[in-house]
Amino acid sequence: MAVQAVAQPKKQPHVMKKETRNNLIAYSFIAPNFIGFCVFTLVPVVFAIALAFCSWDGVNDITFVGVQNFIDLLSDKTFLAAFQNTIVYSVAVVPLTMICALALAILLNQKIVARGFFRTVAFFPYVASLVACAAVWNMIFSPSMGPVNMLLSALGVEDLPRWAAGTETAMLTVVLFSVWKNMGYYMVIYLAGLQGTNPELEEAAELDGANKWQIFWHVTLPQLQPTTFLVVITLTIASFKVYDQMYMITQGGPGNATITLVYYIYNVAFVNTPKYGYASAVAMVLFVLVLIVTIIQFRGSSNND
Amino acid sequence: MATQAVKTHSAKAQHTIMMVFIYLILILVAVIMLIPFVWMISASLKLNKDVFTFPIEWIPSNPRWQNYQDIWTKIPLLTFIKNSAKLTVIVTLLQLFTSSFAAYAFAKMEFKGRKTLFLGYIATIAVPWQAYMVPQFMMMRSWNLNNTHLAIICLQAFSAFGVFLMKQFYEGVPSELCEAARIDGLSEYGIWARIMLPLSKPALSTLVIITAVNTWNDFLGPLIYLTKTELKTIQIGLRMFISQYSAEYGLIMAASVVALIPVLIVFLALQKYFVQGVASSGLKG
Repeated sequence: MAVQAVAQPKKQPHVMKKETRNNLIAYSFIAPNFIGFCVFTLVPVVFAIALAFCSWDGVNDITFVGVQNFIDLLSDKTFLAAFQNTIVYSVAVVPLTMICALALAILLNQKIVARGFFRTVAFFPYVASLVACAAVWNMIFSPSMGPVNMLLSALGVEDLPRWAAGTETAMLTVVLFSVWKNMGYYMVIYLAGLQGTNPELEEAAELDGANKWQIFWHVTLPQLQPTTFLVVITLTIASFKVYDQMYMITQGGPGNATITLVYYIYNVAFVNTPKYGYASAVAMVLFVLVLIVTIIQFRGSSNND
Repeated sequence: MATQAVKTHSAKAQHTIMMVFIYLILILVAVIMLIPFVWMISASLKLNKDVFTFPIEWIPSNPRWQNYQDIWTKIPLLTFIKNSAKLTVIVTLLQLFTSSFAAYAFAKMEFKGRKTLFLGYIATIAVPWQAYMVPQFMMMRSWNLNNTHLAIICLQAFSAFGVFLMKQFYEGVPSELCEAARIDGLSEYGIWARIMLPLSKPALSTLVIITAVNTWNDFLGPLIYLTKTELKTIQIGLRMFISQYSAEYGLIMAASVVALIPVLIVFLALQKYFVQGVASSGLKG
């Protein structure tokens, strides 16, 4: 370019113009998505952070209250229940889903008849409508009439669980539903991970006399470590954001037994008298939880490279 | 106890036992996965009083097809389906166009501010939608966009996810192809339309099915924005029906079956792409 500029000084503005033109073309490619993204995502995100330090009912003026919202959270029993439930739900759902998905992927990675059918069946609940699935789940687990309790009763169980209606069993009911609905998705991720493992290592271990369990534990599983990491991270973030399942199966109850952070944000902002600032403070707690997991993910995946 | 003959065959016998064991587990899993759907179909063909009879009558002796007629008149199910279909098609098309368009520039063009702009996308991946849905709603409401389908379209059509997915795919396409086309005098728009789009069919299919299923099944967004019955999507319409007629078990199950059918068809037809999409997003992370 410099040579060109010296040889043909007149061309200089034209070269500049070409670069500008190129930039403009690139911006025109990005603009449709980026403008929409800025207006509907970036602006609300910044707004959310600011709102967490304010008090606003949507009618009167916004007033700055500093960290007051966060101080109030510490003594808010419903918030503390929501926080605790979100953690309890995640601690139950993440390992259960992971183990089921891994076991299923290992089985469906074997050369067996009707493998495609089994994979489709395991994956289908994940794409099926949550409302429809929850509706049938509620009926099947109905404490007084549902087939599950009828079966338990026929088997001689006297103290029948009250499932979604019982304080102790409500969370379990939602957890079972979530594992059932989502494990197919993580099974597919594990199946992809298994494609990347080296079968020669397993054959070598077999020649050395290792049994199936030893091969799985010492050869296959270590190779799947990046996949497991990804599955755990994705599952944890999804679990922190849980809401729909509770809304449809337990309505957050009984009492506050299954209320979650997102459920509480929804209630504070849209159900009773709106407290948008306070809802955003709860949202920031959710954001920090997800952020911590994301930072772990970035650290972990850069270590893997 | 074990004779010599058994010992020589033991490896084979062990393998057979293993396979039987695997099939038993798989059949059990398939039953657990499918039973709720089978029960749903069975209950959708029964009178309310027969839904919970025990032992379960899997195939109703007197199937009540009437349920499938009644649901259309009891709730505006057709309107709900139309609304969902409309939103799904528009959101998917917009998502496809804007994502692949933006991803092309990020993957194949050199320009000022490329890194900064892309950082804008990356910075928001960690922020869950649920954390900013409240101010987003306030903003939309101040523009009188609550109770409009446009709000849902704006919410869903510009995700960073689509840009990431397409960018990742485009980066795998050799840059020499674009260079050669540039020398041949093709404009950047031409390269995008005539070279990149036809090449990226697998990634586009993945994006289509993921976006379409997500939009069709979305719940919280429409729940917050669409409170008028005539605007509701199939998911919140179905939910409204369930809370209004909670004892109409047969009808609820019939409506649920109807809500599942479109997804089932799309899923069975495009399953390959869906699985590939999940797998590739999984591998990359």
